Amino acid sequence: MVKYASRLNRFFWVLALVAFGVGLYGLYGRIAFGHARANYGSYVPWGLWVAAYLYMVGLSAGAFLFSTLVYVFNIRRVSGEGTVAAPAVGLADGAAFERERLEQVGKLALFTALVTLVGAMICIWLDLGHPERAWKLVLQTSFRSVMGWMIWFYSAYFILLLVELWLAMRADLVARCDKSALARFLTFGRRDVTPTALAADRRLLRVLGSFGVALAIAFHGSVGAIFGVVAARPYWNSALTPIIFLAGALLSGGALLTFVTAIWGPEPGSESHRNLMRFLAQIVLGLLALDMLLEWAEFSIGLWNASPGESASLRLVLFGPYWWGFWIVHVGLGVIVPAILLIFLRHKIWAVATAGALIAVTFLVVRLNVVIPGLAIPELPGLEAAFTGPGLTTHYFPSINEWLVFVWAVGLAALIFLIGRRVLPIIHTER
Amino acid sequence: MSHTLLQQDVLIRMQEDLQRALAKPRGQRRWVMVIDLRKCVGCHACTIACVAENKLPPGVVYRPVLEEEFGAYPNVTRKFIPRPCMQCDEPPCTPVCPVNATYKNADGVVVVDYEQCIGCRYCITACPYAARTFDFGGVYLQGAPDGQPFLLGGSKADDFERAANYEYNKAWARKGGEDSPVGNVRKCHFCLHRVAEGMLPSCVTTCVGRATLYGDANDPDSLVAQMIAKPNVMRLKEELGTAPRVYYLL
Repeated sequence: MVKYASRLNRFFWVLALVAFGVGLYGLYGRIAFGHARANYGSYVPWGLWVAAYLYMVGLSAGAFLFSTLVYVFNIRRVSGEGTVAAPAVGLADGAAFERERLEQVGKLALFTALVTLVGAMICIWLDLGHPERAWKLVLQTSFRSVMGWMIWFYSAYFILLLVELWLAMRADLVARCDKSALARFLTFGRRDVTPTALAADRRLLRVLGSFGVALAIAFHGSVGAIFGVVAARPYWNSALTPIIFLAGALLSGGALLTFVTAIWGPEPGSESHRNLMRFLAQIVLGLLALDMLLEWAEFSIGLWNASPGESASLRLVLFGPYWWGFWIVHVGLGVIVPAILLIFLRHKIWAVATAGALIAVTFLVVRLNVVIPGLAIPELPGLEAAFTGPGLTTHYFPSINEWLVFVWAVGLAALIFLIGRRVLPIIHTER
Repeated sequence: MSHTLLQQDVLIRMQEDLQRALAKPRGQRRWVMVIDLRKCVGCHACTIACVAENKLPPGVVYRPVLEEEFGAYPNVTRKFIPRPCMQCDEPPCTPVCPVNATYKNADGVVVVDYEQCIGCRYCITACPYAARTFDFGGVYLQGAPDGQPFLLGGSKADDFERAANYEYNKAWARKGGEDSPVGNVRKCHFCLHRVAEGMLPSCVTTCVGRATLYGDANDPDSLVAQMIAKPNVMRLKEELGTAPRVYYLL
């Protein structure tokens, strides 16, 4: 893996640049033609961009919650003992970490959470009919709406991510001050690195991280609740919806972080890196099992109940025109293959990384399968035939322009990640 | 025979009802619509009258007529259900709006503030009647060929579409950009701009079978008040508790 890491890094640079470049055409389409080039309409009013938003905020919330393993639950403490301590239940084989190693993963997790959040916000911002009025969401919020709450939660979450990341990097920024003007600027004049100051940073990180756990749960829970409260859509209208959203966020975000750690993690090839990967692999496998349990609950209850309201949407997921999205992409590539890799090849870093990437990438389909089938059932019989026109249909597949905008947002997030990794002390420390 | 011919047209009756209602303070009126399904012939004239009145672009529709077919040939019957906005007394669409852009106004009609709406479309998902549609900025005559100089061509042909409508008592011209109502969610508003001028909603005046009735249900002498007191009244998806203000006579 170590010999491939730099080659993979180069590959992802190319991929991100291509995605960004190609996606620019989609951005042009959105700006020049508004929503005219999108395939969502009035009967399926939310499409790929909303699903992409859910997908990427999920990755963000999941990655963030992983960072709290370091900053709140203090799993790094296990290093002192040399063996596994109680909080780190996932650490089999007596794996031991040096404190700094895991701390670097904490920063990596925070940074991953930040860039995925940026990608998500771009997708949902461009989805608005009047993006220039987005400020109203913050300044003229209606708190009767779950969406209003979500806006405030994610604004707070965004600020919290920035502050946490800054605190986590501050000592390294100070160490880089001589060499880097950027680092000098980013210290914002706070260059005190005495043990007292660093201890204060760590305390503050812990407080913020603890607050962040609640905030990330509230934030992503409210994203799920946006769907859960809609009584008009029986498929969404369930108390399980926000919980499934959270479990999905943990799984997809954890999987992404596992993949990211495999390639960009601290000291690839070292014993500690291997241990770290094994640790992440076990958590991801556990989360995969939890997610399957919840998914089973949702599908079995929904399909067995006698009322067709909810089962109609579920049937669409399982046997509709895009059945392959569920069976092949999600179940096959997103569950079975990663589960096999994580169970039988968990000692191979490439296998764990592949499993992480597969889960993280295919999770987009899970989000699409929440948004679209909930809407694609006509609310009244005969609705589609009553009046025809663009968007007056329950059939939806994203247009090329929608895909391109999504690709652009992913490319942009990836570029911010790759550039940030180079210019900021996300991994490489000077200490 | 002569008795039926002497009966006053319901349109005249409703216009008189309307004058009495407009003389009352806004909060004391209760606008309702009654649709007599036995009289509806499924001509879709109300849909088109509404499109013309509000200059609705492609993909935006306030009042489609749903058709259902029963039985197999030769024993077939059809049922027509015009579906305006239900103007629910417990609307599921208004509380989900994150910026208070849609609400029940003083007349009890669910309105959209086009200049406040950010176009997130959450309300569309929340309406159980699919009564809300999104304005994608389309024009029916988009791409129509342009004629020779001095002849009327594409550039002139869509003038009617681009002229202002007067929803919510304001002129909303369609200049071709992204200005509201483009990028907004739009819906039936019981033609409040017409009602304010003493005119019935355009779907009501257009109905060839006089199947759609409109008026103030708080006025016991009004036609609609008498109609909704009948036993053969039904409302769509009443079980949801939305308390629609559109009544169907079966």
